[in-house]
Amino acid sequence: MSPAPGSPPARKLRVPTTSLAGCFGCHMSFLDIDEHLFELVELIEFDRSPLTDIKEVGPCDIGLIEGGVCNAENVHVLRAFRRQCKTLIALGACAVNGGLPAQRNHLSLSECLREVYQFRPGIENGQIPNDPELPLPLDKVRPIHEVVRIDYFLPGCPPSGPAIWKFLTDLIAGRTPRLSDGLLHYD
Amino acid sequence: MSALPPNPAAPLQAILRRHGHDPSALLQILIEAQDIDGWLPAPALTQIAAALGLPRARVEGVAGFYSFLYDRPVGRYRVLFSDNITDRMLGNRALLDALCRKLWVEPDKVSEDGLVSIATTSCTGLCDQGPAMLINGRAIGQLNHRRINEIAELIRQQRPLDQWPAEYFHIDDNIRRRDALLQLDMLPGAALAAAVARGREGWLAEMQASNLRGRGGAGFATAVKWASARNAAGTRKVVVCNADEGEPGTFKDRVLLNTCADLVFEGMTLAAWAAGADSGFLYLRGEYRYLRPQLEAVLARRRTAGLLGKGILGEAGFDFDITIHLGAGAYVCGEETALLESLEGKRGTPRIRPPFPVTHGYLGRPTVVNNVETLAKTCLIALEGGAAFAATGTAQSAGTKLLSISGDCAAPGIYEYPFGVSIARILEDCGASDTQAVQVGGAAGICLAAYEFQRRIAYEDVPTAGAFMIFDGSRDLFEVARAFVHFFAHESCGFCTPCRVGTALLRGFMDKLNDGHGAKADLADIDWLDRLLKNASHCGLGSAAPNPVIDTLQKFRPAYERRLVSLDFEPAFDLDAALAEARQLTARDDPGAHLQTHEEDGR
Repeated sequence: MSPAPGSPPARKLRVPTTSLAGCFGCHMSFLDIDEHLFELVELIEFDRSPLTDIKEVGPCDIGLIEGGVCNAENVHVLRAFRRQCKTLIALGACAVNGGLPAQRNHLSLSECLREVYQFRPGIENGQIPNDPELPLPLDKVRPIHEVVRIDYFLPGCPPSGPAIWKFLTDLIAGRTPRLSDGLLHYD
Repeated sequence: MSALPPNPAAPLQAILRRHGHDPSALLQILIEAQDIDGWLPAPALTQIAAALGLPRARVEGVAGFYSFLYDRPVGRYRVLFSDNITDRMLGNRALLDALCRKLWVEPDKVSEDGLVSIATTSCTGLCDQGPAMLINGRAIGQLNHRRINEIAELIRQQRPLDQWPAEYFHIDDNIRRRDALLQLDMLPGAALAAAVARGREGWLAEMQASNLRGRGGAGFATAVKWASARNAAGTRKVVVCNADEGEPGTFKDRVLLNTCADLVFEGMTLAAWAAGADSGFLYLRGEYRYLRPQLEAVLARRRTAGLLGKGILGEAGFDFDITIHLGAGAYVCGEETALLESLEGKRGTPRIRPPFPVTHGYLGRPTVVNNVETLAKTCLIALEGGAAFAATGTAQSAGTKLLSISGDCAAPGIYEYPFGVSIARILEDCGASDTQAVQVGGAAGICLAAYEFQRRIAYEDVPTAGAFMIFDGSRDLFEVARAFVHFFAHESCGFCTPCRVGTALLRGFMDKLNDGHGAKADLADIDWLDRLLKNASHCGLGSAAPNPVIDTLQKFRPAYERRLVSLDFEPAFDLDAALAEARQLTARDDPGAHLQTHEEDGR
């Protein structure tokens, strides 16, 4: 790819990524950009991400969030990303809409937890875990834009590698990201 | 092969027979079938589908579309409070709550004994005498706590509506200012005789000379519409009078139909004479169903007088008659192509234009669709000539306009003015003081602030179908806009995604601000939604839906800004409360078991 004419990035952009209530499928799809990764690392460096194992997000340019918000820890991580990133992107169906995890939203949280930890066949004297180390689940799974302000949405389950590549290169080059028909479809 | 549905019961059979088992009468059949039990049980829908040779899904689709058709039981007394902003300003919510308390029933539910159900409905066209309600389809205005007490008692005693005090059902015309149309005292048939004497060509030439434009709001030249239908290929042409007066704040058509139905029917016949039509429909909104008996009586009288039927006024080949078609509570059916779909017994989904109704309208026939007021005005033109009509009003807006005035003023009601009258003059005439804003043209219209009161009612300045709602200094324009946004979200026909989803999202943002979760970011999202609705919607409902928000954000922005709790972003819900259920299940209350709803600014 070529940088925008006249305004090449003066420094590498810092990009953190994370998966909240997601399946890491969007991250796997990200890796599907294959050899473009070599071009990408010329332009960006990763901050907090499963690719770097950095634990806390620092001041960054473009944050990628996979997954919706299902528990208190997700809220803390998402807020930290929002504080640190100039631009924050909802990556994939779960971040955009809540996706598969949000299918529990038509049940009450107690129904879900009791069914799993107390009433499931084979469980005796089951208890709902209450260790303070564990983040508490929210009553509903939320898309991330309901918890913090989000700048861009990249739909798909997962968005394809080429879609992610097009989206990021647009953004880095200073163009408003725009996915054409081939990159944005419903089947 | 599944078992055939059992034969319909006798009353349903009679209804189907009366409509000749005609699938295009489906909506009328459903409305009448509902009168049997007060709602439409599933077996009845199956029987209707079988009898009309329609798929069951098609019948259910129509039954599910209209607000006044019910697929589950409703109370034997079905109370619907009109919920226009003007009703709210007159305290309808407190009255609704009072009636619910007295009858031990929750809103939107049926009482346990099946006696009564109480809910709200979109504007019922009684804004000049609200708060109003419909009870089993009959309108009651001027509600107050005393009247609500009496109504609760009558319902409790299960007294039939016919035995209720007649004054409850008395609807005032409230005509406050008369001009050319409302001063007209015409013998039925006089305008028709004048037009027939001129011949079809001569009559159309008078119409052209009059420069009459449609009074439904869009302002299309009536003569052009009539001539196009006349010139369109096809023999069985149709005239439709659009009396689906659903725009919140409008009630002039109700008054015209109540006081001068002859003018309206004569106007339809004049249109038929010009266009060469042989059948006519009056599409009467379900909220005005109580007018039907008297309208049928007028039609019968006109048939006897030779003003409808075969060879009208002795003119060979001038055959025309009018059928009344009832709507069932769907604002979108006021849009002419949705109205035609509804006339054909379908869901009121607007059609794609072109082709236009003048070439492909009702059942594909050339069809003239005109507003009630437009048709009534054609009588003036027939009697006094096109030139005389064109001489009044303004350059681009000939004649007079009926305004339905409601809200904060001393004398709400119907005012007829020559086009070109200023907002300020109208406000003075109706006794409005300390006026903050006027909503002209209903929810889909324009919100004018005080600095615009010198503007004039005319197609070239402020066009309107006639609604004129006044808000004084005590009113909150955000609440006004929010009420209209709720209205559009409720009335979206659901066909196109931008409108179906866009109106619901817009309602969500307005409620978020109202509930104390507003943030500056929401105003940017509202702007974006406004543009999306305006540009991407299938029909005028969606593209007009953001109008109240666009206008009030521009002219009354502080009403929004004072509701913001954050200049950045704010969730629409309480994050800590979202953990409450998990806290209870785990018996935890440690710091990690809580979230601050307002994030501390870490920078």
